[in-house]
Amino acid sequence: MSRNGAVMLLVSAVVLLLAPYFIESKFYLDVLTLIFFTAYIGQSWNILGGYAGQFSFGGVMFFGTGAYASTILLTTFGVPPIIGIFAAIFAGAGLGFIVGYMSFRSGLRGSYFALITLAFAELLRVLANSVEFTGGGVGLFLTYAPGLHNLQFDTPVGFYYFSLLLLAISILIALWLERSRFGAQLAAIRENQDAAEALGIDTLRCKIYAIMIMGGMGGAAGTFYAQKYLYLDPPIAYSISLSVEMLLVTIVGGMGTVFGPLIGAFVLHIVNEITRHFLDTPGLSLIVYGVILVLIISYLPNGLMGLFKSRSKASDDAGLGPDETGGASKDA
Amino acid sequence: MLPAAIINGVMYGSIYALVALGLTLIYGVLHIINFAHGAMLMLALYAAFFLFRIFSIDPYLAILIVAPASFVIGYVLYRWGIGKLSKGKDQNILLITLGLSIIIENSALFFFTGDQQTVSLSYSYDALDLGFLFLSYPKIISFVASLMICALLWALMSLTDLGKAIRAVAKERQGARLVGIDVEHIFAVTFGIGIACLGAAGCMLLPIFYVDPYTGNIFVVIAFTIVVLGGMGSVVGALLGGFVIGITESVGGLLLGESLGQIGISLIFIIILIFKPTGLFGSRV
Amino acid sequence: MPKIPYFSTTSRRKFISRTSATIALASSGLSIPMIARAATPVKIGLIHPATGWAAYPAAQLRYGALMAIADINARGGIKSMGGAPIEALLGDSQTKPEIGAAEVEKMNEAGVHALQGCYQSAVGLASSAAAAKYNIPFSIDVGVSDKLVQRGLPNVFRMADGYGRIAKDAANNLGEINKATGSKAKTVIIVHEESEFGTGTAKLMTAALKEHNLEVIDSIKHANPTRNFDNVALRIKSAKPDIIMPINYPGEYVLLAKTLRQQRVDFMASYSVLGGGFNFKFVNDMPDIAENMIDVNHWYNPGSASGQAMRARTEADGKYFTFEVYCAYMSIMFLADGFERAGTTDSEAVNASLAASELEVDFMPYDKTNMVNGQNMGSRAVAIQAQKGDVQIIAPSKYASANAVFPRG
Repeated sequence: MSRNGAVMLLVSAVVLLLAPYFIESKFYLDVLTLIFFTAYIGQSWNILGGYAGQFSFGGVMFFGTGAYASTILLTTFGVPPIIGIFAAIFAGAGLGFIVGYMSFRSGLRGSYFALITLAFAELLRVLANSVEFTGGGVGLFLTYAPGLHNLQFDTPVGFYYFSLLLLAISILIALWLERSRFGAQLAAIRENQDAAEALGIDTLRCKIYAIMIMGGMGGAAGTFYAQKYLYLDPPIAYSISLSVEMLLVTIVGGMGTVFGPLIGAFVLHIVNEITRHFLDTPGLSLIVYGVILVLIISYLPNGLMGLFKSRSKASDDAGLGPDETGGASKDA
Repeated sequence: MLPAAIINGVMYGSIYALVALGLTLIYGVLHIINFAHGAMLMLALYAAFFLFRIFSIDPYLAILIVAPASFVIGYVLYRWGIGKLSKGKDQNILLITLGLSIIIENSALFFFTGDQQTVSLSYSYDALDLGFLFLSYPKIISFVASLMICALLWALMSLTDLGKAIRAVAKERQGARLVGIDVEHIFAVTFGIGIACLGAAGCMLLPIFYVDPYTGNIFVVIAFTIVVLGGMGSVVGALLGGFVIGITESVGGLLLGESLGQIGISLIFIIILIFKPTGLFGSRV
Repeated sequence: MPKIPYFSTTSRRKFISRTSATIALASSGLSIPMIARAATPVKIGLIHPATGWAAYPAAQLRYGALMAIADINARGGIKSMGGAPIEALLGDSQTKPEIGAAEVEKMNEAGVHALQGCYQSAVGLASSAAAAKYNIPFSIDVGVSDKLVQRGLPNVFRMADGYGRIAKDAANNLGEINKATGSKAKTVIIVHEESEFGTGTAKLMTAALKEHNLEVIDSIKHANPTRNFDNVALRIKSAKPDIIMPINYPGEYVLLAKTLRQQRVDFMASYSVLGGGFNFKFVNDMPDIAENMIDVNHWYNPGSASGQAMRARTEADGKYFTFEVYCAYMSIMFLADGFERAGTTDSEAVNASLAASELEVDFMPYDKTNMVNGQNMGSRAVAIQAQKGDVQIIAPSKYASANAVFPRG
């Protein structure tokens, strides 16, 4: 990152850290918290989708599994969420390993991989509805008990910092990826997996690591949500809308960039708020939102980050994302 | 109750197949995952509904209006919409179809309100008595119509020049261009055919289901499963895949209950993807 | 029976123009009263899932609430506060708990004095908890989970029943109807949707029915959404229960009813609890299927002049008179009455005033309001039956407008 970039980053960090002191409005703090949360979970998708080039439609499964992990530990065994969140991360990463191993080992790529993640998320949703220890369809209720050990806060400021912390960690992970050998390997896999394999990169291992990172991050997000909203059920935990949101903010913001998810989350949220403010009739604001979305993608094919960088890498023309060969190679 | 479950599964499966047919063509040829598939199915349902409510046109006859109209809409949408805007990048097509689904769903909400609508035909409750099961006439008609449409499409794809061109483009885009095939036109035609299948599916679904702005999404995951199961781009695959999924859902519901029974669909999806991702009939790609 | 147009543009325009003033004010974010009165408006925030799968109930809830607000303002507003008008702030929860809670924060900043919502219990839970931080009075217009009023929050109130009391009412009503015809019915099969609403209510019903010598021989859980009920219908057919008890949402409710007819399943009665799909529209659209179906639900008192007038008004506006309309109306009345007796918008005082409410709602078959831990003990759910294209109350006998047709004809 350039010197200017680093300075900007530092200034932004300080501004965000001090924001609660000069933003009186609890509503705006809450809005920022939601944006940070979305950016964080978008970043988790970005690790696997943007950096490693493996699109997924089932990202919510890590969120849901993590949420259930820490919540069940809390409601059944009394484990405080400040410890439970690590169980959630572990559960998310573990799920990532299982899904990644099964899918990548079979050589699934592109849309096939994206769809199998969707299938896994659906599977978990149906299971969660039928199993006793998740509370089944009734769901799990958490009691309101603010305290750091509970990762619950009685003011929006607490959750603001919680989400900011998660966001910061996700940005650090992305920054690390951009500098590390592992990140370079992921990029190579993204550009051309077979060539990367030929170069000696263990693509299976790398992709599995990437999905485990995504899983771990998603798991923590689940605990955050559970502690903030105090209720969890299978639709909340495993519905496709969060999967879509995480890929939406990342692609709009700019895949494979450190700040793409954050910018995407900000802009989309602002567009959403503004359209709702001016168009009160239900549905009308979302029509405009949809139109704006289409326009953004049409004119900024590299996402919003494309406005900041003029990237002329060959990767842009090669068509990121679902492998054009569209198929699976059985001999992975 | 197993025979009843199987027959019911086959009946519903034929309609699922029709929804999947559009998806498999669009995916098999254009490599687009169409996020707006559910929303377009919903529009077809509403089209059939309004034709019935306002002009008293029987939904099955409405196919003759809705399917061609859907083809035209699909063609135009791709040719001067999706095709142009996405500049060919896969993830952008994804988001554009996503944006499209948001626009369509909320337009439906704005114009039609969120209220659910159903239709009752004069023969909705007439049925064939099989002893262990009553097979209602709408279901039988839907089944037969679906088979006919699948057969038509199969004939189109296998026996006509257009079909050959479509298969050529699906297999080898550049090569097809080189031999003089207007690829953009073929893409648009394929997309149009896919949407026309949705149009027909909507007409057939209305008498046995209901419609509101969000109904389309109920069938989308099933459609994706069938597409993968049958093999992307395969008409026969979509039909047989439809039957398999329909039966799985029905028998699963019988054995595991209507809540847990849904698991059969996800399981098949995962198993197929892991062991035979190209599906039952191989990829036409 | 008025012929209700499916979709009326005039009604939409009227609805928009009537609310445009309040919408404009809400959107402007300013708190300047639009009419030069001495009294500053009392702001009530409405949080409903205006977009998403529950858009229709949300629209009905908004409609009822805005009707109540307009009526109260027309009568002179909150007189104890110098004739202060009520001003509505509209919020969209988008069916998500986190958005509902965010709307609470937004409305709090906009100086809201009370809140009403949310249709979905999960959203209601999150939103009322968010409101509790600021002690803003929160009236649940529709939301059946009993958890809503079991958290010991002094700012949360619910005028209508939760599923605990509704289950008891439903069992009592069924027992009464059954006894009146010589206790012919003995067995029940429940068909319920899989989430808290269906599962929770089903459990309560199973227990409550025992006390009336009605045995639940099967409890069939189904997914949300369910695409077809053929298996369920066949299962019911082979079990031959006397009573079928659906507990689910509108789409599935109607599909199940149609499928049972298609499979020629015979039974004494369909007796649903909180049947999502049982309303005037259902009875109007499908009179053959609906005929003699029974539901236990929030319902208005057709014997009251105000109830009939409200129904006429609603239908004249091109809308169906669903329970959301009068539940929202009653909830606003409750809040307004609280402000009236408190004489101030101070939340502590208002919450105390609401807790002490003795409001009598003429158009509902309720006793005098009696808030215990936020739940109105004067509420009741009644058994209603579709009879010849209209809906009659058949139990409890005090409010019955017709005799029950049981077993069904």
